[in-house]
Amino acid sequence: MSLTLSEVEHIANLARLELSADEQARYREQLSAILEYAAILQQLDTSQIQPSGTILAAGLPLRADPAGASLEVQDVLRNAPQAENKQFRVPPVLE
Amino acid sequence: MGDLDNLSLYEMLSGLRRGDFNSLELTRASLARTERLDPCLHTLITPTPELALTQAQAADQRYREWRREDPSATWNLPSLLGIPVMVKDVLCLKDVRCTCGSKILETFVPPYTATAVQKLLDAGAVVTGKTNTDEFAMGSSTENSAYGPSRNPWDTTRAPGGSSGGSASAVAARLVPAALGSDTGGSVRQPASFCGVTGIKPTYGRVSRYGLVAYGSSLDAVGGFARSAAEAALVFSTIAGHDPRDSTSANRPVPAIQLSSDPSLKGLRIGVPAEYFIQGIQPEVEEKVRAAIAVMEGLGAVVKAVNLPHTRFALPVYYLIAPAEASANLARYDGVRFGLREPAEAMWDVFKRSRGAGFGAEVKRRIMLGTYALSAGYYDAYYGQAQKVRTLIKMDFEQAFQEVDVIACPVAPTSAFRIGGHGDDPLAMYLEDVFTLPANLAGVPGLAFPVGFDRDGLPVGMQLMGAHFQEEVLFRAAHAYQQVTDWHTQAPSL
Repeated sequence: MSLTLSEVEHIANLARLELSADEQARYREQLSAILEYAAILQQLDTSQIQPSGTILAAGLPLRADPAGASLEVQDVLRNAPQAENKQFRVPPVLE
Repeated sequence: MGDLDNLSLYEMLSGLRRGDFNSLELTRASLARTERLDPCLHTLITPTPELALTQAQAADQRYREWRREDPSATWNLPSLLGIPVMVKDVLCLKDVRCTCGSKILETFVPPYTATAVQKLLDAGAVVTGKTNTDEFAMGSSTENSAYGPSRNPWDTTRAPGGSSGGSASAVAARLVPAALGSDTGGSVRQPASFCGVTGIKPTYGRVSRYGLVAYGSSLDAVGGFARSAAEAALVFSTIAGHDPRDSTSANRPVPAIQLSSDPSLKGLRIGVPAEYFIQGIQPEVEEKVRAAIAVMEGLGAVVKAVNLPHTRFALPVYYLIAPAEASANLARYDGVRFGLREPAEAMWDVFKRSRGAGFGAEVKRRIMLGTYALSAGYYDAYYGQAQKVRTLIKMDFEQAFQEVDVIACPVAPTSAFRIGGHGDDPLAMYLEDVFTLPANLAGVPGLAFPVGFDRDGLPVGMQLMGAHFQEEVLFRAAHAYQQVTDWHTQAPSL
């Protein structure tokens, strides 16, 4: 299972990762090797098997959702690289 | 004061109660030893000496009040009052920076405390620092930490294991008697083995993950290190329990762990899986593990062969599921609300540049792997198939635990490797975890403890795995073993 450079570029874009040309080449090689190895899973017949998204037998419990104490706004903003008027300040989304 | 470092957790607690010494003295001794040894061992990313001294003083105040009021009632004293501990830097402690071993969180200060850490604090423990970890818990040596690797106290040219290598090294070096870690693919058990200490990975859901920075949400477990099973059991009991803030947290009571001084293991059925004793294991590892099983047999346990036929698929399953989950969990590091923000004109470039600059190579590799496995056209073949094989691995364990109470096996294929020893080959590093990954995939508990040393004087560990929520059986078996052997009492000379 060998990835092409353009596939690597595509994945990096999906993952919002900026990679140097060097990194792209290196990851292409390494990811191809790992995916190649992972292909042994295809050997197994899983047609009758249910996937395990979790190991919890009973699934997730539900609860009521009443309003309650949460984080104070100043605590939420404390780690913000840029904040203004109780908001996170970000550059515009340009397509 | 040097003697204080060598006391066991229980000896520290009795000493504190009797007034032989107080928490301030104990904590100062721990801080002094850490100051002396950490320039070499690098167990810590963020030392917290002032916080520790404040907490120690509060603990001493509590002891004074207790002595005044009712010195006969030890039951109402918090279980770890005045004991210095360390916490892996993937668990949040309010107002103390939490880096996760990454540059992307270099200045991040959490506004809240993880439940497991809060339980330690409520138990009166004194936190002396946040320990080193592979970046976002991805790795088996701490070599992936953006802050430099930790060192194995038994041989400082070697890795302590990972990702909880800082915590394991600190406990082995007697900087603290206990430390918290996390285990997603072996990150408590493998460093425990490499450092010659006891490490518990509880059943999935046994300890709250609230405040544990997420890596693989269906695999992550908060665990702990100590120098013996009895001490690790105390740490475990302190942090375990239901937490409504973690919806995957098990809503069942935590049993009090009863450990007897009678080392009999009569009635215990130990399963030995052929799939874990494969070619390629360092011969001394197999030797010591089999010898330990023989000791347990001598104590009355019954040993039988079991099969876990899908063991060899655990590695590829893990390296599809964990990265897939990580790709989702690490999407939040985008430079918007917290963490590193690289400047750019447009939003998407902020994301790309911040993540490109802030994440290390292994993290980027796993994010890419996971993104690919989940992407359109590949989801069924990779992630979907991995989830189904995960079911098969779980079923293997369910079947085995119908015939035996615990499964005994090596923790890692080798003893501690040299820092830099795996070079640039990610797959070679991944193979370190072949024996630990299955427990995370199946959600079963695993306990690692020392069973000898190899010819280079490096510790060799053994692993016991149990059925879901059967940690007590694991502690009982290891405790019995530790009463007739003394590997766990050995300390590196530092």
